[in-house]
Amino acid sequence: MGALSIRNVVKRYGNVTILKSINLEVRDGEFVILVGPSGCGKSTLLNMIAGLDTVSEGEIAIGGRVVNDLPPKDRDIAMVFQSYALYPTMNVRENILFGLRIRKATPPQMEEALARVAKTLQMEHLLDRKPSQLSGGQRQRVAMGRALARDPALFLFDEPLSNLDAKLRVDMRTEIKLLHDRVKTTIVYVTHDQIEAMTLGDRIVVMKDGEVRQVGSPQEVYDDPADLFVAGFIGSPSMNFIRCTVESRDGRLGVGLHDGTGTFFVPAPPSITGLSERAGREVILGIRPEQITDKDPYAGANPHSIEQSARIEVVQPTGPDTLVLIRLNGTPVTCRVHPGANPKASQPLGLTFDLSKVVFFDPATEKRIR
Amino acid sequence: MAEFTRAESAGGRAFGRVIVYGLLVLVAIYYLMPLIVMLTTSVKSLEEIRAGNLVALPTSITFDAWSKAWGTACTGADCSGLKGNFWASMNFVLPAVVISTLIGAFNGYVLTLWRFKGSDALFTIMLVGCFIPFQVVLLPMAQTLGWLGLANTTPGLVFVHVVYGLAFTTLFFRNFYVSVPEEMVKAARIDGADFFTIFWRIILPLSPPIIVVCVIWQFTQIWNDFLFGVVFSGGERQPITVALNNLVNTSTGVKEYNVDMAAAIIAALPTLFVYVVAGKYFVRGLTAGSVKG
Repeated sequence: MGALSIRNVVKRYGNVTILKSINLEVRDGEFVILVGPSGCGKSTLLNMIAGLDTVSEGEIAIGGRVVNDLPPKDRDIAMVFQSYALYPTMNVRENILFGLRIRKATPPQMEEALARVAKTLQMEHLLDRKPSQLSGGQRQRVAMGRALARDPALFLFDEPLSNLDAKLRVDMRTEIKLLHDRVKTTIVYVTHDQIEAMTLGDRIVVMKDGEVRQVGSPQEVYDDPADLFVAGFIGSPSMNFIRCTVESRDGRLGVGLHDGTGTFFVPAPPSITGLSERAGREVILGIRPEQITDKDPYAGANPHSIEQSARIEVVQPTGPDTLVLIRLNGTPVTCRVHPGANPKASQPLGLTFDLSKVVFFDPATEKRIR
Repeated sequence: MAEFTRAESAGGRAFGRVIVYGLLVLVAIYYLMPLIVMLTTSVKSLEEIRAGNLVALPTSITFDAWSKAWGTACTGADCSGLKGNFWASMNFVLPAVVISTLIGAFNGYVLTLWRFKGSDALFTIMLVGCFIPFQVVLLPMAQTLGWLGLANTTPGLVFVHVVYGLAFTTLFFRNFYVSVPEEMVKAARIDGADFFTIFWRIILPLSPPIIVVCVIWQFTQIWNDFLFGVVFSGGERQPITVALNNLVNTSTGVKEYNVDMAAAIIAALPTLFVYVVAGKYFVRGLTAGSVKG
C-alpha cells in the first residue's frame, strides 16, 4: 500500500499561485518522474508530498491515508536530496542509522537494516568514513542508503543526480533503476533533465507553470505529445517546429515547405482529421530529427515517406549520428543522418522524411491538432 | 648573461627578505615592549626599581610582588590581594560566557534554518544591539535589575552580560549557520528528528569552530569589562578589573610598581590563556563558512 494520490492540490504563496489544481494517481511500485523546467512547481509538489511544505487546497494521500496534516516523520516516506544533505559530523554508518535511532529501533533491527542497505548499495567498505572523505557518487549512494534504511512506503528523489558529472550521472541512473527493480518501492522522482525522465520512469509527468501538461509512459509522451511545450521539452535534440500553411493537393491535405531553392509538398497522415477545417491557415509542423534522415536504401517499404534534397548549413557529428542543419520555411531544422552519408556544409544532401509520426500544433493555443 | 641576471635577482630577493623580516622584528619588539617591562618590573624588588632604569633586566628575580598582589595587597582597608576578586570574576564570567554562547547558537539556528515571517527583521534589530554603547543601557539596566530583584548580585551581573552579549553571539552563529544547507534540516525532519533533536544532534556538533570564536570573544569582553562591573556588582564581589583599578589607584603609602605590574598581569592572564589555547581555532572559525566544506 504505497500508492500516492494527489487530488486537486493547489499551492499559493500570498497571491501567487504556484500549483494550479494538480491531480495524480501513482500505483504501488511505480516509478513516476516529475519533469519540467525550473520554476514549474515540481519541487514544491515533492516538498508537499514530503510534508516539508503545506498544502493550500486539495488532498494528498499516501497508502490511502490522507497526510495533509501529518508531519514528515509520520508519512512513511524517505527523501534523497540534490545536495545529498548528509550529516557531516557523522560517519556513513551513523548517517544511515540516524532515522532508525531517532525512532528508537532496537540494536538488532539497526544491524539488520545496516547489513541490508550496505549490501544493496555495495558500500560495506565505506561505513566508517565521514561524508567529506567520499566522492560525489559515493555520497549520493549514502543518501540513498539513508532512505533505504527505514524501508518506507514511498521514496522521494529531488534532482538527486544534478550535482554529479556527466559520466557518473549515467552510471547512477542505471544504479537507481536497478535499485527500483530490486526493492520495488514506489518512487516519485523530480528532475529537470528530460533524458533522466525518459530513461528512468515508468510514467512521466510533464509540468509547466504549476500545471500538469501530460502524463504518460516515456514512449507515449515522446511519440504523442499533448502540446507544443511537451513536444519541445522531451527529446534531444528537440523536435523541429516549422510554421507552414495547410494546403490540399491531389485530394490530400498537407503543408508546403520551401528550402530556399524550391517548394515541396508534405502530405499529412490521413489520421489527422483536424487539418481539414484549417485549409489555407497557418499551423506548426512538428518533426523529430530522426524522422529526417539520409536516403535509406530499405526505406521503400514505408509509404509515409517522401524524398527531398536540401542544402546543408551546419554539420555536427556526434559519433553514432551526424546532426545536419537545413533551413525550411526560414526555420533551422535539425536532421539526424548516418555518418556514412558523409554530409558536407553548403552541399545538397538527399533526405528521407518519415511522415508517419509528424504532428501538427495550433499556433494560437499550442495544442495538438489531431 | 642570463645567469648573471638570475643571480642578481636572487640577491635582490634575499635583500628584500632581510628588510621584511627586519621590519617585522622591529614591530614585534615595539608591541612586546610594554609586556616585557611589566614582566621584568614585576620580578624586581622595590629598591631595584627605584635605583635602576625602567627597561633594565632584573639583577635578582623575586616573586614577592606576585604573591603580594595575589594574596595581601591592600585596596583601601582590605588587605587580601586580588585572589578574591579573581574568583569572583570567574564566578560570573564563566556562566555568562556559557549562557550567552548557547543562546546565541540557538538564536542563530532559528534565524537561519527555521525562518519565520519577520525573522530577518528581528535579526536586524538584534544587530543594532552590537552598536549600543554600554553607558546608554546603564540606567534602564539598573532599573530592570531592581525589578528582577537581582541588583548587586552575581546572577544580576551574569544577566547583564548575557543580554548585552546576545547581539554578538547571535550574529556569529547566524552567519555561521547561513552556510548550512537547509536540505540537511529537511532530511533530519524526514528522518524523524524534531526541532531540538536537530539542534543538539546535528547543528551543534557542526559548530565547534564558531563556538571557539564566540567563547574567545565573549570571555575577553566580559572578563575585561570594567563599567558594568563597577556599576552592577556589590562591594565584596567586585570583578578583578575593578579591584585592579582600586589597587593601582590607591593614593596611600608607597607606590609599589612591582605589585601593580604583577596584579595587572594576573588580571590579564585568563584572556591570554584563552587566546593561546584556542587561538588557532579562532582564525579557522572566522574564515569558516567562506569556503564550502
